[in-house]
Amino acid sequence: MAALAVRGLAKRYGAVEALAGVDLEVREGELVGLLGPNGAGKSTLVKIACGLVRPSRGSAEICGLPAGSREARRSMGYLAELFRFPGWYSADEVLELHQRLAGSTGGSHERHELLQLVGLEDARNRRVEEMSKGMQQRLGVAQALVGSPPLLLLDEPTSALDPVGRRTVRVLLEELRSRGTSVLLNSHLLSEIELVCDRVAILLRGRLVAEGSPAELARSRGVEIETDEGARLFEGASRDDAPRLVAELVGQGRQVYGVRVLTSTLEETYLEAVGGETS
Amino acid sequence: MSSVLTIAGYGLREALRRKVFVVVLLLTVAFLVLFWLANHVLFQNVANVGPPVGVDARTFAGATIFGLAMFGTLFLGVVLAIFLTIGVVRGDAERGLLQPLIVRPVGRVTLLVARWLGAVAVCAPYVGAVYVATMLITGLTGHWWPDHVVVPGVELAAGVAVVAALSLLGSVFLTSTANGIAVFMIFGAGLVAGLLGTIGHALNSHQLERAAKITAWLLPFEGLYQDGLRQITANTTGLTGFLLELGPFGGAYTGGTSLRLWAAAYLLIVGAGAAVGFSRRDL
Repeated sequence: MAALAVRGLAKRYGAVEALAGVDLEVREGELVGLLGPNGAGKSTLVKIACGLVRPSRGSAEICGLPAGSREARRSMGYLAELFRFPGWYSADEVLELHQRLAGSTGGSHERHELLQLVGLEDARNRRVEEMSKGMQQRLGVAQALVGSPPLLLLDEPTSALDPVGRRTVRVLLEELRSRGTSVLLNSHLLSEIELVCDRVAILLRGRLVAEGSPAELARSRGVEIETDEGARLFEGASRDDAPRLVAELVGQGRQVYGVRVLTSTLEETYLEAVGGETS
Repeated sequence: MSSVLTIAGYGLREALRRKVFVVVLLLTVAFLVLFWLANHVLFQNVANVGPPVGVDARTFAGATIFGLAMFGTLFLGVVLAIFLTIGVVRGDAERGLLQPLIVRPVGRVTLLVARWLGAVAVCAPYVGAVYVATMLITGLTGHWWPDHVVVPGVELAAGVAVVAALSLLGSVFLTSTANGIAVFMIFGAGLVAGLLGTIGHALNSHQLERAAKITAWLLPFEGLYQDGLRQITANTTGLTGFLLELGPFGGAYTGGTSLRLWAAAYLLIVGAGAAVGFSRRDL
């Protein structure tokens, strides 16, 4: 059973079509990255999945349960793109509040473990209003993990983090994958997605325009062979074609000095998919 | 049930932490000090006044100044109720406070009920405390006590609970500022209608009295307040009672049980409206 299954999902805000029929699955234990320019519909999709927004059409299910239902919400953790905790709460109290709301029986042991996971073990009793934005964001990630939900929906979890904080979250995501937790990660940081995600989905104007593993998406751009006549690019050729191409050139009397298999990065694939669009 | 208590506790804690609570407490202390001074001066003067035949000056003075205190108590309670509830849905959603709570397996109706209970848990004891304090000040200074002691206080607290529910309903649809303005205007409209009813009673204008009665039923916090005023002099008869009914704090309108039942039904209707609106709202 998929942790998250979205079928024909559409959402319209007045004249604006935020989602125009999206199909997407996050399988058990899978880490899926959701990419797209601002306004592509990424946050809307995540919000529908956790019941904050009602779809105009289509369906979303969490672990086989209708998204937004009380049972579905028991099976997920969510970190909103824009969120805030009451400033007078300490980190420990925020987690305790969410433990009570989520029905978690983990107690202080779970809270301690979560704060340790996000590198806030020393800030356990620090009030939220005394924390930096990055610390608050890490606390938000810890809050999403309360009750060990099988699915995590993270909307820009590293947007306010410095490189060390991002690394902490990256390590955490890898740890979650090893525990079998499914994650839908909505982020603008392509390098981060490329490093941790099993699969990537690219949204553009409410439609899914590309989907696959980072390796599948980072497809071959050809083979470049350096000869005595200069560099020649064989577009569309792959690594498997390289020996044959070299043999042909040598047969034609060319001197071959080097061979490079060219692959596009996820960034190039992304830019190609969205056509350089931003908003 | 545990979710309701958790969120009510969250709201209660928020209420006690907010500066508005401190401001209301300071205003209350200032109000009580001024009220004690006013009572002191008033009853000193009453002792030296020769009232018209058939008028009990002490009862007249006590009921009037205590009626004023009930108005002050209602006003302060309403200020507190509005500020605790104006941003519960849209305001908190815009600040990003609501989303982490609402995605938990809690339910939107539960959240609304719990936030209302949290607000009432702060406002009702507050109103009760100020009501009792002002009654003690008037009673001990002027040796005048209301005819009914408990019911007017309960009705004031219930009136504030109705305003808190209206403010919660408004918070589903309006921004915090717009909601605050709207609820204060509704509160003001209710009070004006009540005064018009009193004027209508004095001038024997049935049209004004009918308009005031309709408003009191449309906005039952006003009806409960008027009924509370009436209760404090319910057993006062003769010229004194008649003159009190002509004054602004005489409670010209008698609500009774039907009004109280309607206020309870009104709370349910407002709550249902808020629940339907909230369940259809994208956050």
